[in-house]
Amino acid sequence: MSLFDLKLQEVHNRLHAKEISVSDLVNASYERIGQVDGKIQAFLKLDEENARATAKALDEQLAAGGTRGLLFGLPVGIKDNIVTEGVTTTCASQFLRNFNPVYDATAVRKLKEAQAVSIGKLNMDEFAMGGSNENSSFHPTYNPWNPEYVPGGSSGGSAAAVAAGEVYFSLGSDTGGSIRQPASYCGIVGLKPTYGLVSRFGLVAFASSLDQIGPLTKNVEDSAYLLQAIAGHDPADSTSANVEIPDYLSALTGDIKGLRVAIPKEYLGEGIDPKVRDAVQTALKVLEGLGAVVEEVSLPHSEYAVATYYLLASSEASSNLARFDGVRYGVRAENPKNLLDLYHTSRSEGFGPEVKRRIMLGTYALSSGYYDAYYLKAQKVRTLIKQDFDKVFENYDVVIGPTVPTTAFKVGSQVNDPMTMYLNDILTIPVNLAGVPAISIPCGLADGMPVGLQIIGKPLDESTVLRVAHAYEQNTEHHKLRPQL
Amino acid sequence: MSISIQDVEHVAKLARLELSEQEQHKLTEQLNAILKYAEKLNELDTDQVEPTSHPMPLSNVMREDVSRPSLPIEKVLLNAPDEEDGQIRVPAVLE
Repeated sequence: MSLFDLKLQEVHNRLHAKEISVSDLVNASYERIGQVDGKIQAFLKLDEENARATAKALDEQLAAGGTRGLLFGLPVGIKDNIVTEGVTTTCASQFLRNFNPVYDATAVRKLKEAQAVSIGKLNMDEFAMGGSNENSSFHPTYNPWNPEYVPGGSSGGSAAAVAAGEVYFSLGSDTGGSIRQPASYCGIVGLKPTYGLVSRFGLVAFASSLDQIGPLTKNVEDSAYLLQAIAGHDPADSTSANVEIPDYLSALTGDIKGLRVAIPKEYLGEGIDPKVRDAVQTALKVLEGLGAVVEEVSLPHSEYAVATYYLLASSEASSNLARFDGVRYGVRAENPKNLLDLYHTSRSEGFGPEVKRRIMLGTYALSSGYYDAYYLKAQKVRTLIKQDFDKVFENYDVVIGPTVPTTAFKVGSQVNDPMTMYLNDILTIPVNLAGVPAISIPCGLADGMPVGLQIIGKPLDESTVLRVAHAYEQNTEHHKLRPQL
Repeated sequence: MSISIQDVEHVAKLARLELSEQEQHKLTEQLNAILKYAEKLNELDTDQVEPTSHPMPLSNVMREDVSRPSLPIEKVLLNAPDEEDGQIRVPAVLE
């Protein structure tokens, strides 16, 4: 059994009893990476020297006694769109291949304060645009359950590294499903917090009204720990929620008697793989067995979410990515004819096809004459989608469905068809548009590949989402399955 | 509404992107497919609906206008592709 299969409290007990050291944990991480990362390619950059030095310092602290941080000594991987001081942060883009951040993202600073040990930076779709990691400009990442399949994306490296046991847990980001979809494909737990719960300071912006950092873990308890460490208001992010952060661990009571669960008919209808549907329906029976009341509802505007999202997210991206102009940082084209040519050639050489496609779509949707027809229209439909959730949450505690309509697809099978790729996000996107929290947890296998169960909660009610997820997990064995690598 | 290759050329200029002819053709095709799908939104009557720009209720966040330390110049310039005398160098703007 790997050290990373131990519960967090058990790891801490063993550290305290001097049965293991932080250096042992960090060694286990790099050893495992050495064994399996050649097959799955989850990492873009290892931060081994710093990690070993940190481990040594933490071991000295341990020997001296005294208090320990919440995540003391645990090896963590960080998605490469979250800036890390002194450690290259590329967003998996050629444009930033040498970008060396001069500060830490707030979430990274909080991980360090909680005394987790950063192992390295994880692969992703370029600028978080994609759902397969095939859009990384460096190399793809492969699914640990079967390397012929994608790990999902855009936080594909973050999900694969946890599933493969290379790190204890990881950070990802989720704009339209980028934590939950790869968590589903890789058979782990992925939580997208309420918009604004975790500071976006230092998260390279994709779509600012949708982006959110969150944890990818092997189980729900670890998710609560990691969320506890990173949540909270940040003066450096004026959109971060100024609310008191509850104790998420104490929410994990196992008691969901009388809990009201809504299952939207749109989430089990056409386009959902029957095996995924079966797994979700079996999961609902487990929740009913624990005393939850499950009823069918309707989120009538679900079918409009993907179109709304691609217009809004691309518009915001076209504006956010305007900063990559080759002037202050990033690549600069050689021998530009003039300043305008410097912008054009630097951007054209630095960005990959999907990034260009979204910048083009967003620029078009925001351009004179089309703004009302596309951007404003999409903002109005966003209101309708959000109202769907508001109405259901008047009578229910959580909304449950599959995370993704299917299990992971084969590498290369959708690269030439952006529209099909976009439709994989049909069940995750509405959550970002509404700004509410949602978790994906393993609920079985279909043809050997993991299926994810999505639990969606009210704004800032991560406690209930985690409680339901934990209650389900305690009564099933799916989260204990590991890929054979 | 459909998008022509001239539209793609125009939008590329606005986005400060230089596209090869092959890229222009491919993008015209792909953007048309995406925009055709987006027309689905026109099935909904949204005349009386307010737009949502942000999922949480937020108003402007203000702070006192007092000076505070910023990054030191060497950090600011650490990633600059071309610099001279503590400044970032670019091609001449006026020729």
